[in-house]
Amino acid sequence: MSYNINKKGYYGEFGGAYIPEMLYPNIEELRQNYIKISEDPSFKEEFNQLLKDYVGRPSPLYFAKRLSEKYNTKIYLKREDLNHTGAHKVNNTIGQILLAKRLGKTRIIAETGAGQHGVATATVCALMGIECVVYMGEIDIARQAPNVARMKMLGAKVVPALSGSRTLKDATNEAMRDWINNPVNTHYIVGSVVGPHPYPDMVARFQAIVSEEIKTQLKEKEGTENPDYLIACVGGGSNAAGTYYHYLDNKDVNIIAVEAAGKGVDTGESAATSVLGKEGIIHGSKTLLMQTNDGQITEPYSISAGLDYPGVGPMHANLYKTGRAEFIAITDDEAMTAGLELSQLEGIIPAIETSHALAVFEHKTFNPDDIIVVNLSGRGDKDLQNYIDYFKL
Amino acid sequence: MNRINKKLEQDKKLLSIYFTAGYPNIDDTLTTIQNLEKNGVDMIEIGLPFSDPLADGPTIQASSTQALKNGMTSELLFEQLKDIRKTVSIPLIIMGYFNPMLQYGVDAFCKKCQEIGIDGLIIPDLPVDVYHSDYKSIFESYGLINIFLITPQTSDERIRFIDSVSDGFIYMVSSASTTGAKSGFGDEQEAYFTRIANMKLNNPQIVGFGISNSDTFTQATKHAKGAIIGSAFIKHVTDNGVNTIDQFVKTII
Repeated sequence: MSYNINKKGYYGEFGGAYIPEMLYPNIEELRQNYIKISEDPSFKEEFNQLLKDYVGRPSPLYFAKRLSEKYNTKIYLKREDLNHTGAHKVNNTIGQILLAKRLGKTRIIAETGAGQHGVATATVCALMGIECVVYMGEIDIARQAPNVARMKMLGAKVVPALSGSRTLKDATNEAMRDWINNPVNTHYIVGSVVGPHPYPDMVARFQAIVSEEIKTQLKEKEGTENPDYLIACVGGGSNAAGTYYHYLDNKDVNIIAVEAAGKGVDTGESAATSVLGKEGIIHGSKTLLMQTNDGQITEPYSISAGLDYPGVGPMHANLYKTGRAEFIAITDDEAMTAGLELSQLEGIIPAIETSHALAVFEHKTFNPDDIIVVNLSGRGDKDLQNYIDYFKL
Repeated sequence: MNRINKKLEQDKKLLSIYFTAGYPNIDDTLTTIQNLEKNGVDMIEIGLPFSDPLADGPTIQASSTQALKNGMTSELLFEQLKDIRKTVSIPLIIMGYFNPMLQYGVDAFCKKCQEIGIDGLIIPDLPVDVYHSDYKSIFESYGLINIFLITPQTSDERIRFIDSVSDGFIYMVSSASTTGAKSGFGDEQEAYFTRIANMKLNNPQIVGFGISNSDTFTQATKHAKGAIIGSAFIKHVTDNGVNTIDQFVKTII
């Protein structure tokens, strides 16, 4: 059994493309072309060149000595925070903008939660000279002001999503509606491994560079490609998908997925989809999502805008359902504490999303000789105000 | 014979109205249906509200949000409609997104529809391919017609496929848009309407999206069998309530 996508666009029973007919031509165009284009040697050359010279890849795999000493195990950090624009998101936007160009698209839309994907999209649009519109929940615009400013400076138009919970879910709805209204000239750069097939697979493939590099780097440092554990935070799940990608079917490697418990999984203010979700359809994908008994999608909560999503990508739903991955839910408080700890032990201020992954060390005991790789998916500059407010710094 | 098919045999242009169940008030569902029939509307689409209606513009989004706040659920809608066939005889279609039906159970949902006397369903986010492979036999076993959408971007080949699996009518989305986004038709729509008419499909077409008054109704039905009005009707009941439906219908036909 493979944990990767099958020919029909499903991971186990999750995935597919549950889309209105209005989106069919766009999705079908992508489905027929995404592998052909992204496997083309000239595409690969351009993609890899940009990842190297523009993004700054490979990102280091850093042995976190003091953090490892504290938890008496061997912790490596995959430094996606050192990428241009400050997170893993840019790996995917570089891939998709090159794809959009080859499809002849002249306008780009995107959704964003924390603003990292919005910034990464605005960045590649500036790089290619293509018009860019980013949808962002009104609440997220308020709590991620620095990223809003960055997008504007990069020349993107930021449109507030005013419907529903006014966060990532609603920004995604608005982006899809924009696409319905502009079906011919526009490409929608989805920022995570969510949405209708082929998006989950396409985004996972562009993020797969993360695990590809981990294999080489770990081999150099430890003499083995295989860590004992991979740890990544999961909102929609793109940094996690990239971290797991080349290890999905390698059972020697344990997978840990970290979700946002918000104020606690039982408080009604949480985004821990694996615990609180049921199978259903969100944004065109059959997956696990938080919903009422009547099938209405509920409003998630997390201190971290990037994890504040009521679903997970279908790859992760399948990893959960099959037991391939262990899912751990981390509260706001635990995450904030872990973020401060990394700052003071290693001199690295992580994004609050990433802090959730780091909080696993307080939850779970590892053996001294375990090799653990955590995807340090983003840097904390955008979250400074939240950290300052929380710790009264 | 299903009421939809019977209605389509009538020698007239059909007016279908979409409304959101439980809107503006939770108990308006029955009154709306009865008033629409009384005033000469041919077919009704009962909108089952959804939290995240991807294909809908601001008007239907807002009515859906309000209906959910009012307490509308699949269960409650079925309860409200249980005796509807004692007073109403025109075709009734439930239009809603797939997730609420999935949670209710597709089989149970269809069974309920049959018991009540619902004639068909429109589920924008259940693609024709998935329906065809996974759900067709369930719908058919309960005598329900499933209506599919086509848009100006749908290829001729796909339109032929949709025509081949349709029974009843094809819902012809007038332009690349969400509901209520555009009003009036230009040359592009004219060309599209003519293109579809010339394809001589087996199933008649009913045009939706962008129809708000008598002019657009006439334009849309020049080639097509009928037209559907949604957002414009929702706006009317938002401002005037459900007891002045006669005034709205008079402005169309």
